[in-house]
Amino acid sequence: MSVLVNKDTRVIVQGITGAEGTFHSYEMLQYGTKILAGVTPGKGGQKYAGKEGMKFKREVPVFNTVKEAAKAVKANATVIFVPQALAADAILEAIEAGIELIVTITEGIPANDMTKVFDALKRSNSRMIGPNCPGIITPGECKIGIMPGFIHKPGRVAVISRSGTLTYEAVKQLSDLGIGQSTCIGIGGDAIIGTQFIDAVQLFNEDEDSDAILMIGEIGGNAEEVAAEYIKKNVKKPVISFIAGKTAPPGRRMGHAGAIISGGQGTAESKIATLKKAGIHIVESPAEIGKKVAKVLKRKKIA
Amino acid sequence: MKIHEYQAKELLRKFDVPLLRGIAVFSAEEAGRIAYEEFESKGIQTVVLKAQVHAGGRGKGFVLGNNSTAPIELFEKKVRGVNIIGNGNIADKVYKYANAMLGNKLVTVQTGETGTIINRLFIEQGTSIEKEYYLSIVLDRQAGKNLIMLSTEGGMEIEKVAAETPEKILKEHIDPAFGLQPFQVRRLGFGLGLKGDALKSFIKFLPKIAKAYLDLDCSLLEINPLVLTKESGFIALDAKINFDDSSLFRHPEYAKLRDTSEEEALEVEASKYDLNYIKLDGNVGCMVNGAGLAMSTMDLIKLSGANPANFLDVGGGANSDRIANAFRIMLSDSNVKAVLINIFGGIVRCDKVAEGILKALETVKINHPVIVRLEGTRAKEGRKALKQSGMKFEIAESFKDVGNLISKVVAKAS
Repeated sequence: MSVLVNKDTRVIVQGITGAEGTFHSYEMLQYGTKILAGVTPGKGGQKYAGKEGMKFKREVPVFNTVKEAAKAVKANATVIFVPQALAADAILEAIEAGIELIVTITEGIPANDMTKVFDALKRSNSRMIGPNCPGIITPGECKIGIMPGFIHKPGRVAVISRSGTLTYEAVKQLSDLGIGQSTCIGIGGDAIIGTQFIDAVQLFNEDEDSDAILMIGEIGGNAEEVAAEYIKKNVKKPVISFIAGKTAPPGRRMGHAGAIISGGQGTAESKIATLKKAGIHIVESPAEIGKKVAKVLKRKKIA
Repeated sequence: MKIHEYQAKELLRKFDVPLLRGIAVFSAEEAGRIAYEEFESKGIQTVVLKAQVHAGGRGKGFVLGNNSTAPIELFEKKVRGVNIIGNGNIADKVYKYANAMLGNKLVTVQTGETGTIINRLFIEQGTSIEKEYYLSIVLDRQAGKNLIMLSTEGGMEIEKVAAETPEKILKEHIDPAFGLQPFQVRRLGFGLGLKGDALKSFIKFLPKIAKAYLDLDCSLLEINPLVLTKESGFIALDAKINFDDSSLFRHPEYAKLRDTSEEEALEVEASKYDLNYIKLDGNVGCMVNGAGLAMSTMDLIKLSGANPANFLDVGGGANSDRIANAFRIMLSDSNVKAVLINIFGGIVRCDKVAEGILKALETVKINHPVIVRLEGTRAKEGRKALKQSGMKFEIAESFKDVGNLISKVVAKAS
């Protein structure tokens, strides 16, 4: 019941011995994710078992390079917790090693590094989620990222979002109403991201185990509009959307590098208007995301 | 991060971009002296005196006295953000213009009625212009590439050109692996209708701008207008540079280019503590973890009949020091009549956040109602700690409840 990741996904962690890498590897292992190896250049050959207070439930072998790690454990996914200055290099290394799914958590990667990464991704067979994202989770099976696992519930609603805590909010509203999720993808808040709304919508449209798609967008860029165009033509499943930032002033970056209204483009109003035209159900209040999804599912006789 | 025109031009000079002779000045005396020593005494007959502010639309904007709504006049003409000064005695005139501009406010379409105070000026040599063009480089998010845009509509706002006559904008992407190619430069030159010496000058000019954009890690490099002159070919008459904030770590030298007088004082203060704060004009202050949730919380405040006083993302590690600083900054805004804290504890534990709030309140005094909503990891424990503290919190049990409490608080206040 999922896209991209499931209970058989074989994961390595780039930057596993750092503070963030250690903490989240511990959390992912607790959730049941198959973390099979780690990469920290210079620490190859070690067996790593976390730190005091976050002792891994099993030791994880550490390698100097992604290629070695991927080969040793037959990895098909990697998660990157490498600092901003070195992150692009870490992603390029993962692409070169042929890893199918790259999840980049790192925030603040320079835009000019990301143009190179994006170009390399297009010429490869790898897909990237992020950067500057919470990651991806198939509830009950596999969590690759930093989201709190316990708020999720296995089910049949797909979630795609540019945000972190707002996604958790939406997911919790769903779970509290008994609505489970097939897979939740945090695509990230930067201007250049590996998987855009349209890519994720395509995946879920083809996924037999997703009945409806919840798309959480925000001001800046036109990725929501591009996805809406696709949805209008190709998607029969109900799509529900909330767009954050109706009260955001123009020309100011609202936290996320990509959340900026520039030259009058990318306002919440214009996005909502385009989405409505594409037949997408719009949630007006962020407090009623779960309620709206429940209503749409009921009307479509899905739940 | 934004910088001034004169700073942008100093940077472009290092890339050998053709520019006019220009010098920045900070007082009327300095303006007069420099106008004489560096321009008038060297036989330069015309100079342009330009206000150095971060807002655009300077040429069409007016200079107003600080408590006045009428534009200042000199030599029977309204003083603008950009003034052409000629016809003899230019040093004396520059002094007078500088006197009228410095310390007064410039009102342009971009500043709104409040305007922006002029603290710096740029004196630049005048030139005779044959034709004006528009040139910019920005990030094209969807394509994941940097995009060069050129138009024959120089001096115009590009948004207007894009809306009314999109066919007049020529575009070329810079290939991330191979860079800008000569054939692309030629194609743009031909597209602009250039021939002969003008085309040759353009072919030399554009790659320098592209290199500057990439090497300097810009998020915007705009030359508007880019001008063609008889004697020197293409010249960058204006220059606007914004840096990519995510790249600032590899350019520590940019720190000295920051002009904090152009920024909201509270935002400058917040940036010292690594807090992401943007001042708005409502009266409900809000403190949230995560940018998307912060924007949504602002939206919910509006839906509840009030207006947000700010955007404030305290980030993941919401410890007591961060919360105390966030409170202090939020409450320095005298418009604030109520405070809302909305924390979704994922990795952060809500009981720790509650501890942080209580500890912060030992050092910061609040006389306004405080609405708190804690959700996620150990939220119950967090709420309990706040209830037992003896302090008066309005505790929301859900995101929806937050809206109800805001409506209640606002109704009471009005």
